[in-house]
Amino acid sequence: MLDLLWLIPALPLAGFLVLLFAGEKLGKSGVAWVGAGSVGISALIAGLLKWTFLTSPPEGHHFTQALWTWLDVGAFKPEIALYLDPLSLVMTLVVTGVGFLIHLYSVGYMHDDEDYSRFFACMNLFVFAMLILVLADNLLLLYVGWEGVGLCSYLLIGFWYKDPANCKAAQKAFIVTRVGDTAMALGFFLLVTQLGTLQVQDLLERAATRWEPGSGMALATALLLLGGAVGKSGQLPLQTWLPDAMAGPTPVSALIHAATMVTAGVYLIARTYVIYTLAPAAMAAVAVVGALTLLIAGLAAFAQSDIKRVLAYSTISQIGYMFLALGVGAWSAAMFHFMTHAFFKALLFLAAGSVIYALHHEQNIFKMGGIRKQLPLTYRTFLIGASSLAAIPFITSGFYSKDAILYQAFTSEHGHFLLWLAGALGALMTSAYTFRMVFIAFFGEPKTHVHHKPGWVMNFPLLALAFLSTVGGFIELPHFMGHAQFFADFMAPSFAHAAGHAAEAHHGAGLEIGLMVVAMALGLGGIAAAYVLFLAKPEIIEEKMKSEGNRKLHAFLFSGLGFDKLYDTLFVNPYCWIARVNKRDIVDLGYSFLAAVGMLVHFLLGLTVTGRVRWYAAGIAAGCLILMSVMVFT
Amino acid sequence: MILVWLILIPLVGGVVAGFVGSRNVSACRWISLVALALDAALAIGMISQHLGGFQYESSKVWFEEFRASWIPVLGISVHLGLDGLSSLMVLLTLFLGIIGVGASWSEIQERAGFFHFNFLWIIAGVLGVFLALDLFLFFFFWEIMLVPMYFLIGIWGHENRQYAAVKFFIFTQASGLLMLLSILALVFVHRAGTGTLTFDYSELLGTQMLPAVATWIMLGFFIAFTVKLPAFPFHPWLPDAHTEAPTAGSIVLAGILLKTGAYGLLRFTVPLFPEAARSFAPVAMTLGVIGIIYAALMAFSQSDLKRLVAYTSVSHMGFVLLGIYSFNEFALQGVVMQMICHGLSAGAQFMLVGALYERIHTRDMGKMGGLWTTAPAFGVAGMFFAMASLGLPGLGNFIAEFLILVGSFQASVPATTIAALGLVGATVYSLWFMRGAFFGPNERGWTIVDLNARELVLIAAFVIGLVWLGVYPQPVLNAVAPVVQSLEKMTQPVTAALLRS
Repeated sequence: MLDLLWLIPALPLAGFLVLLFAGEKLGKSGVAWVGAGSVGISALIAGLLKWTFLTSPPEGHHFTQALWTWLDVGAFKPEIALYLDPLSLVMTLVVTGVGFLIHLYSVGYMHDDEDYSRFFACMNLFVFAMLILVLADNLLLLYVGWEGVGLCSYLLIGFWYKDPANCKAAQKAFIVTRVGDTAMALGFFLLVTQLGTLQVQDLLERAATRWEPGSGMALATALLLLGGAVGKSGQLPLQTWLPDAMAGPTPVSALIHAATMVTAGVYLIARTYVIYTLAPAAMAAVAVVGALTLLIAGLAAFAQSDIKRVLAYSTISQIGYMFLALGVGAWSAAMFHFMTHAFFKALLFLAAGSVIYALHHEQNIFKMGGIRKQLPLTYRTFLIGASSLAAIPFITSGFYSKDAILYQAFTSEHGHFLLWLAGALGALMTSAYTFRMVFIAFFGEPKTHVHHKPGWVMNFPLLALAFLSTVGGFIELPHFMGHAQFFADFMAPSFAHAAGHAAEAHHGAGLEIGLMVVAMALGLGGIAAAYVLFLAKPEIIEEKMKSEGNRKLHAFLFSGLGFDKLYDTLFVNPYCWIARVNKRDIVDLGYSFLAAVGMLVHFLLGLTVTGRVRWYAAGIAAGCLILMSVMVFT
Repeated sequence: MILVWLILIPLVGGVVAGFVGSRNVSACRWISLVALALDAALAIGMISQHLGGFQYESSKVWFEEFRASWIPVLGISVHLGLDGLSSLMVLLTLFLGIIGVGASWSEIQERAGFFHFNFLWIIAGVLGVFLALDLFLFFFFWEIMLVPMYFLIGIWGHENRQYAAVKFFIFTQASGLLMLLSILALVFVHRAGTGTLTFDYSELLGTQMLPAVATWIMLGFFIAFTVKLPAFPFHPWLPDAHTEAPTAGSIVLAGILLKTGAYGLLRFTVPLFPEAARSFAPVAMTLGVIGIIYAALMAFSQSDLKRLVAYTSVSHMGFVLLGIYSFNEFALQGVVMQMICHGLSAGAQFMLVGALYERIHTRDMGKMGGLWTTAPAFGVAGMFFAMASLGLPGLGNFIAEFLILVGSFQASVPATTIAALGLVGATVYSLWFMRGAFFGPNERGWTIVDLNARELVLIAAFVIGLVWLGVYPQPVLNAVAPVVQSLEKMTQPVTAALLRS
């Protein structure tokens, strides 16, 4: 059964190739069958493998399928090989499962687009690359997937390429993430040089035996890899590309920029967790990056008026939670939040997509209003997603995953009160901006007419994801609530080297309940605040916006706290400026000067060719005189 | 003898094509194609005997060798040899030669006979360069490939062709002169030491000389080859030559002629003067790194598509220079990969730009945009090669740059760190290329014919090559492993000596 593993990435690849070469001839339904079908079958196989893992797990809870040797230089011998363990299995399930639902949704959403087959070709290529990323047995192969998803992200953000703004957003995404990727590549060079391999399991073993805890090498490697992770996952300081990435079609935002690709950084850190445990300073850096990002993105989300940008900032913020979890060593909690987030964020994007579809490409929440009554199913599913994002207690999956992170941020040996505080404040902001969006877009008076209602291909994925967003959390319950740990137990073999899980038990249920109550109060308080400010008494905000200072503050938050402007001033503008002034290549000017001197000498010597014998005779005489004087005087 | 045939076939084919061309243009194209295909078949047949499996005889340095007396008084002979490195270069040359003929099929209408004569003689000259094991003979072939190239640019080039042709000629001639002086100096130093006058490569290897002398002679070779490569600051001839040359000219220029510079460094500069090369490494690596970054920036600043691609070549060749002077197996393997993969990716980009020029008669990106809509196959191909150029993993160029940087990391961390920024620069210029030509609004309302069957076949050949090199590069790595290992060994004792002193 496990031997079917290679088919999981191979099917979407085959789908991509079919669509690339024959997409135009297949017709729309053919394209839809190939595009969604290939991912669907992959999801089924992934489900089968999950079943195998649960019923008769392979020895050591991992399975490697080597396909061929990629390179063999010196002692460095990376293979094209797939590695399946609980961590990569969970990722695979999410990528194929949520991926399939989003493909299905796209069948309806993109139906009227002229580039239907190009869309599905790119989506299939993305799923292939993402699966290579998560299933790679070594970091070099992971990098293939890593850059591959970057390419697909670029292609799909710029899918509607006729609008220069979309092209710009696509380029920005590619270039900014590439900055992080370059740091990550340097980390690879370091690993090859120091440990002689990029095979993940060998790497972790060798790192654990050869590097002392706290060693400089471990720290350098961990920070370089973190560079790649913050780029891909839209974390500080490389988060600026993600809000702009919303230029792509909404299913793209759901799949790539919410559920899967942007969590690649989380996966990378979890995959190489041993290196991080050897570098406590790097762990602290991860946690701080996560905490700062979740706060900054939460603030920016308040000022957005585009429904997709609100969701984009909330994605950045939620991945911040995952980083926070990784940074305090809560590996499986990070992956748990990754999973629930994939469900509810994909749901939110798809539901938002249904609204945008129904309102004929209207994305401004202030122009929506009252959709609650016009699109009841969309409203209910969106509400389920929003509740999960806002971590409404007990009935949503987001509650359980976020609670696990907050608890460990406080109690873990790498934890800190301030980290917990950041997470708790973030919970307040999250529920406030989420319900701001809900109240403004779905309540009040309708402002835009509903053009067409989404059909079942678009509604079914919403229902499926709404179901997952609710029950997905029940597999991991807090200690005092029956202490179910199906997820953590399943993940445990992937984090076998990690110590510190046992430490949790020392804290009593009292602390756990106390922390939870505070977080719950903050979360519900956020909703209440949103209700008052955006539904019950909107005049408070209107009054506040009259002052100049508040308007400036709003503009500052709206711009994502000015990072774009900063980077433009520091990097983009100088680069473009040099390119502009040096277009003619200053080095070439040097040679042109040389050539000009040659021409000048040519001209001057040419003047001596007068054709008069007198001149020539005088020249000869002068020459002789000089020669003779030289001979005489030396 | 088979090595002589390799060179003779294009020489003769060129003459025949030249004569036929004045009467029957189509026949002259077919003759050129057949001559090159025949040559390629010959080369593949011979090389596959040696590189068929993973293992081959390691006792023999040269797979094939040919030696005949030429000017015995001066110790000059026709000495040809083929090893793993030259095998790959020969295959690349013939592959791009065939592509070049194919790419000129509809572009070259005037004086087609003389065009194909020149083109085939360039190929013959380059093959000679890759096979010659006598320094005089090497110089002879080095010059042979320049003159027809000069004609190619000067006659069939674009608007500013005279300037570009003269510039190309002066740069390469001046540097060729330096090389000739260095060759003569080396030969005389060798005679002073051993009493025999010889131009033979294998005898000149290991010539004993004072470090200062070695440095000066090495510099002559180094400059000659880095002008050709080209490395910063010797690159300004390249953008002009590339831009003005006809498509086939650009393809062989980027694909093969630049590689003769890298080949020269690997074959001559380093083995003949290992210690001088070693102590010169910091300078060479610095030049390589500057080239990578500077040319990536320059490529971004261009609006002419051909100039853009030309500068990307300079940037990629910076990696070659950096890799060669890192002196370890990783980097050197990467260098050979880079030579091949850049030959394919840049060759393909020039072909695409040439095909585009045939349709819209401009290379100015300011006048393009939105071409994806009207020519999607063009767009996909452009995207593919732009990605190859920025080093997308899964394609050959990534393996090349990865190996080079892993190797150079072991030689110099700062140099590698800065060079790695070139990956960002490459992203910027590659996306700029795509945005300028294929994305954005189609403001001028272009409607063009998409790639035709002939072009698709040629493009497919490039694509298959790059994907194959990206996912299974081992045959190439195996082929050059002995060469690379001996180069590494050659430069290693010096390190030990340096450490001791």
